Amino acid sequence: MAEKTVATTSGRQVASERERTRTQERYVSPPVDIYETPNELVLLADLPGVAPDDLEVRLEDDILTIRGQAKHLRTQEPVYQEYELVNFFRQFELSEQIDQGKVSADLKHGVLTLHLPKTEKAKPRQITVQVS
Amino acid sequence: MAQQWDPWREMEALRREIDRAFEQVGLRLPPLFRTAFLPGRAAREYPLVNLYEDKDTVYVEALAPGLDPASLNVSVVRNSVTISGEKKGIPDSAKPDSVHREERAAGRFTRTVELPAEIDENKVQAEYKHGLLFLTLPKAEAAKPKQITVQVA
Repeated sequence: MAEKTVATTSGRQVASERERTRTQERYVSPPVDIYETPNELVLLADLPGVAPDDLEVRLEDDILTIRGQAKHLRTQEPVYQEYELVNFFRQFELSEQIDQGKVSADLKHGVLTLHLPKTEKAKPRQITVQVS
Repeated sequence: MAQQWDPWREMEALRREIDRAFEQVGLRLPPLFRTAFLPGRAAREYPLVNLYEDKDTVYVEALAPGLDPASLNVSVVRNSVTISGEKKGIPDSAKPDSVHREERAAGRFTRTVELPAEIDENKVQAEYKHGLLFLTLPKAEAAKPKQITVQVA
């Protein structure tokens, strides 16, 4: 699973970066855990302050995009501050071994859990040895 | 009395003026280099907290995604609040060589935060929402500001 830092929504390469109509926002890339089971890859991402409606998980051209808008629970200026919430953004490139039609996502307590099932071809198979 | 023109004093005055201008700009800039976001694996203090205050109440917002709500424990003594709990990482069933990335901090934690006022322990409320722990801590009667009317003789 390779990580992409620059969005490439189309296959062609553009030498200079395209400019957006909106000014560039500040993003933080959320820390993730990724582990593998025989049937799937599981991705866990910390997205504190992101409500389910403000989370966008997209899969396009083998690129998985996680984008979330984090909000403080209180809009008032804090009197003491150790952190601030900015928007989350991170992209991953999926290999062909992932069955992209069956990806499922779940957001609970600020943690996104993504299940990325492997294709039938990529799953391990046990072959019983016939003893004649 | 007319002062003699002194280029060094002029330059010093200019330098001070520039300093002052930059100080003002600095105040208005968004705090880019504030400890910004998620504590990584080497975080010294967990969870990070923000403190809000109004006349009667102190509010604590803690950055704590993925906690097991059953393990979460909040206790208040006078003017300090202690938050403890456990954050689950990759399940033990996953074999070490099947882990591709492990960036999220995990484990047990305890943190005590000192508050700007004494708290009424009986009225504390805690809420865990979208990975943020939010505590509403009403100030004790003794800590509330009192209005004193001025007698005009």
